[in-house]
Order: sequence, then structure tokens, then C-alpha cells
Amino acid sequence: MSILVDENSRVVVQGITGKEGSFHAGQMIEYGTRIAAGVTPGKGGTSLEEIPVFNTVREAVEKEGANVSCIFVPPPFAADAIIEAAAAGIEVIVCITEGIPVLDMVKVASFLKEKKSVLIGPNCPGIISPGKTKVGIMPGPIHRSGTMGVISRSGTLTYEVVDQLTKAGLGQSTCIGVGGDPIIGTSFIDHLKRFKEDPETEGVVLIGEIGGTAEEEAADYIEKEFGKPVLAFIAGRTAPPGRRMGHAGAIISGGQGKAEDKIRALQDAEITVVVNLADLGSTAAEVMNAA
Amino acid sequence: MKIHEYQAKDIFGKSGIPVPNGQVVASSDEATKVCQIINGPPWVVKAQVHAGGRGKGGGVKVVHYPYEVVTAAESLLGKALVTPQTGSEGVKVHQVLIEEGVDIDREFYLGMVINRAKARPAMIFSQAGGMTIEEVASQTPELIWTEYVEPTAGWMPHQGRNLVYRLDPLPSPGAIRQLMAAMASIYKVFRTLDCSLVEVNPLVITASGRVLALDAKINIDDNSLFRQKEILRLDDSSEKDPLELMAEKYNLNYIRLGGNIGAMVNGAGLAMATMDVIKLAGAEPANFLDVGGGASEEMITKGFEIILQDKRVKAILINIFGGILRCDVLARGVLKAAENVHIEVPLIVRLEGTNVEEGRKILEESNLDFLVARDLAEAAGLVAKQVNKVD
Repeated sequence: MSILVDENSRVVVQGITGKEGSFHAGQMIEYGTRIAAGVTPGKGGTSLEEIPVFNTVREAVEKEGANVSCIFVPPPFAADAIIEAAAAGIEVIVCITEGIPVLDMVKVASFLKEKKSVLIGPNCPGIISPGKTKVGIMPGPIHRSGTMGVISRSGTLTYEVVDQLTKAGLGQSTCIGVGGDPIIGTSFIDHLKRFKEDPETEGVVLIGEIGGTAEEEAADYIEKEFGKPVLAFIAGRTAPPGRRMGHAGAIISGGQGKAEDKIRALQDAEITVVVNLADLGSTAAEVMNAA
Repeated sequence: MKIHEYQAKDIFGKSGIPVPNGQVVASSDEATKVCQIINGPPWVVKAQVHAGGRGKGGGVKVVHYPYEVVTAAESLLGKALVTPQTGSEGVKVHQVLIEEGVDIDREFYLGMVINRAKARPAMIFSQAGGMTIEEVASQTPELIWTEYVEPTAGWMPHQGRNLVYRLDPLPSPGAIRQLMAAMASIYKVFRTLDCSLVEVNPLVITASGRVLALDAKINIDDNSLFRQKEILRLDDSSEKDPLELMAEKYNLNYIRLGGNIGAMVNGAGLAMATMDVIKLAGAEPANFLDVGGGASEEMITKGFEIILQDKRVKAILINIFGGILRCDVLARGVLKAAENVHIEVPLIVRLEGTNVEEGRKILEESNLDFLVARDLAEAAGLVAKQVNKVD
């Protein structure tokens, strides 16, 4: 099994005729993802490599039964695109877009509270259930189907981790990039709960970074009720305070968000924290063999 | 994006948040003139730099005679100011703000930030004004009061009452009205200018019962700058490191750090992790450089040039996990930069992911002198070895 998406997911790509949207729609199809439709306002009625393009997400849902969305819409319009997808009844919304104003995300988060839709991102690589479907921009070939869940705030760092897991003989059930922005749709705990219920997932790798307190909250949840082995890595032990380290959300501010605090919280919850990224794959293999 | 105190106070003044009379000057001649216009004594002379902790670094001076205003301005202008938030080399002061001194009755902290977990702006109010709010938050959290703003309703008057009527003793009715008005205006500034932080520390009630913002700090959400063109004009490039300024021009995430190992990485998380790996190997990173998940050949070239311009750099580590950014594009970008600038330090390259074979081949067939690392562990080992050699 996998969480949130699988081979039956019918994906609509919002912003499909743009440079990124069209390229990654192609990459997803190559991976085996069922791209049911594309949306670009004003280009409805056309098609892209046999994928029907609509003006609105509502049409893509009504006519093609899309239930998952992947958003490549530019930042000024991305909040509207997320809300449009949720309003149209999309179950899982994956927003790749980086650079959405924070106050736009405040509105999105408030709107989503009343909806059942699950938002992954923004500013994320997406979600992949190896061998089943890929909704996002991660390189497919480094993944293997297996029993590890991966949840990460990062993009390429996740690829590095997944690559090490695969090389260490640990395949993945589902890998989720939750996004590097200060306000994101879903965080570690939301997905840990899903991995807990997923019988195929035997362990989880959690990849955090400086900024915010999501790792501390996850540590608390894992200690209280998770029950499966968890490995964690926290990026940014050498990051100076007050500087935005690439990701809008990766900033130590107001004394909060330091890597040491996160590592301590995770270790206090008896979670294995990998200190040197180079050791992640081998440590994961040890932890999973011992479990 | 950060702006200066005097710029933030200008915005405050226009938004109905009272500030002391004051004027910014860039020379001692101007200071001489200004202290004749601004009421005093006393006067307050404040260094205008983006870094916080100015008071602790000697960047705020209270003086009682006009000649002291000028000496205070002279002692700051053109000098490097070292505060707890700057490096040991400090930041150069180009302007000082000269203000009328104020007779303070009570001090407060008032600020607005985004609370990530609640996904809402949070108004933070405290009677512990004038102190470092982080210290108050960690030592006496009960002194910090918070109200969250629901975006469709916006800031509501009852939220102001929730905060102000907790004060003990209660200020005069006039001061209560002014405090609540200041809160409403802070939210308005926060929302209309897409702020990530608005902070007044201290916000005071004067002996005559006026509410005044003695300090002002406004940070703008960088993601919103596309729709905040007016604010962009307040950007002060003299506050920035020249290499960081160059990186900004090419849309690269570059932050200069204290060490001597240059690093070029794609993706912010991997870039941070690479810095950490360098440190674990016994060296110190000279920079954070994230060329982005989907960098172009030109961005790679520029990024590499920036590292090569940093004279402190004794070795360079390129760590790329190709996803959207293909390894062959990376390789060509590096070679192009190497054509323009002679590389005099050891270069360690670790490539993985999309088109990795092609990327490695391009580098190997070039006359570029570099060391290949097959994985991160090997890369770290090579970095350590180079550092030891340098030492």
C-alpha cells in the first residue's frame, strides 16, 4: 500500500502549458502516472500530447474524474489555483510552486480548514509511491518500491536520502516533500498518522531543517503514539540565525528553529538522529534490521 | 527584505502610529542643522543599520547638548558598528537618526509576526517593553500575550481589548484608546505591505499620556516583493555583502559565512546539509549557495564565479544531486566559469542523479583539474584532506 496517492490516482496538472508544467507532465507520464487532464485558463479545448486541457479545474473533475492535482502555476496566481482545486473537490493537492506570498498562504490555510482536501506543499518536490505513481518533480529512477515512508521539508536533500535508502536495500512505500515554506498545507504529524495506519510502511525517515517547530511537534507525537521506528535528519546545524537559508521557512528567528533544539527534542523522544548525512543509508539499514 | 528604522517610522507616521520627531542625517554638518530643528534636550542619536541589538553595541546615544549631538553622529557615521547580531567585523553606519528625547512613563513590546503552526498573523503584546523579547519569551512566557488574526475578519477591536485590558495598572482611557489604535494600524501595515515582521520595542506611554513608537522594525516577505514595488525602493544595497548582492542579481541563494570552504549545491536543504558535512569533516563553510533545483547553465556559471571571487576560499566542494537540474548542464556551467576565472584552489566534485554519467564525462574530458567524489562521505573526506593540507 501507499498513502494518499496510488496507481488509480487521476492527476490534473494546473499550469500544464507552461515550461515547468509541460516538462514535468511528460516526466510523470513516463513514470506511469495517470495524467487525466491539464488546466490552463484560456487554453481550454486544446490538448497537450493527447492530454485534454481545460479552462478550470472544475471541468477537469467533471469531465475526466481528476482527484489529484499537481500545481505549477506562478507564485502570484498559485494561491488561487490551490483554492480552485479544493473548491472543485480535488482530494490531494500537490503545489510545487516556490515563492507564494506568506499572507496568500494564510488565506489558503483558512479556506482549507473547511475542506477535506489534503494540501502537500507549496514549495515542495511532491509525492511519489514508487512503482505506482509520481505526482511531482523528483527523479523517478532513484526510488524503489518498499517499506520505508519518507517525509521531508526539502527537495534535493530528499533525493539524496532516497538514493541512500535505495542503495542500502531499503525501498519506499511513499515519499512526501511537505515543502520549505513557513506555511504549508500538511506537516510531519499529518503524514506520520497516515504512515502509522499503512500496514506496508514499516519505518519512517523524517528530514527536517532549521526554522519553525514542526520537528519538535513531530517528536512529541512519535514518542506518544507512533509505534514504528523513525530515523531523523536535521539540516542546518551550521546555519547562522536570522538568515533565510534558501527556503523561505528555513530561518532561525526569535530564538526559535535551531537545529540543536530539534535534534535534542527528537533524541529525547528516543528517535535515531543521523548527524552526518553521509551515514543515513547505513544507519537506516541498522535501525530497520534491529526492528 | 529589511528596511531601516527611519524608513519604518516614516511608514508608521503615515499609518497613524505616532513616532517622535526626528530626522535622518548622513554627515555631521547635517547633524548640526538638524539639532536646531528637533526639540531637545535630550536628543537621541541612533545608528541606522539593519542589524538588531544596536543599543548593546553602542549604536544608540542619548545626549543633552547640541554639540554632543554632532559628536555622537560623528562617532557613529562611517564607523563599523558591532552588535550581538553582526559578525565581529560589524556593519558600517552610513546614516544616523536624530530624534527628540521623550519622557517615558511606561514601556511595552508590540509586534506582529506569522505564527507558522496556526498559519495566522499573531499580535504580540507585553508589558516587558524595551527588553529582548526572545529572552522574555523563554524566561517569563506569562508576560507575553498573543492574539491571532483570522484573515477574513481581520484585526478586530475586541482583540485589542483582550490585550490592553490585561495591563496592570490600567493606563488612562486616552492611552488605552491610543494603544488599541496602534494595534489596528500595525495589522494594517502588516497586511498592506506584506510584512513578515512589524515590531515596536519599546512602544511607550509618555509622561504626558501620549503613546509613541520609540523604535520601529519592518521586514517584508521576500515572496511578496513582486507586488510591493514601492517598498523595493527602500532597499539599501550598502547593507549587503557585495557577493550576496551579485548573487541576488542572478537569483541565486548565496549567504556568506565565516569559513574557507566554498560550496555550490542545488537545493536549499542539501546546501545546508552539505555545510554541516563540511563542518563535521573538521572544516568551516565559507558560504551557503543554493543554485536552485532547476538552475540554468548561466546560473551555475555565475554561482561558481561568486565562489571564486571569495579570496578566503581555500577549497571548493560542488555537490549536485541532479533532479530537474541535469548533471550535464552543471558540468558545462562549471567549465564556462573556469574559462573566465583561473581556479587556484582544489576543486572537489560530487555528482549524482539525472544524466550523471554525461556530466562526469564532460568534466573528465575537459582540462579542468578536480577531484571526483563518488558519494557524500567521500566528498567530506576529500574536503577534510584538503583543509589539512592548507593548514
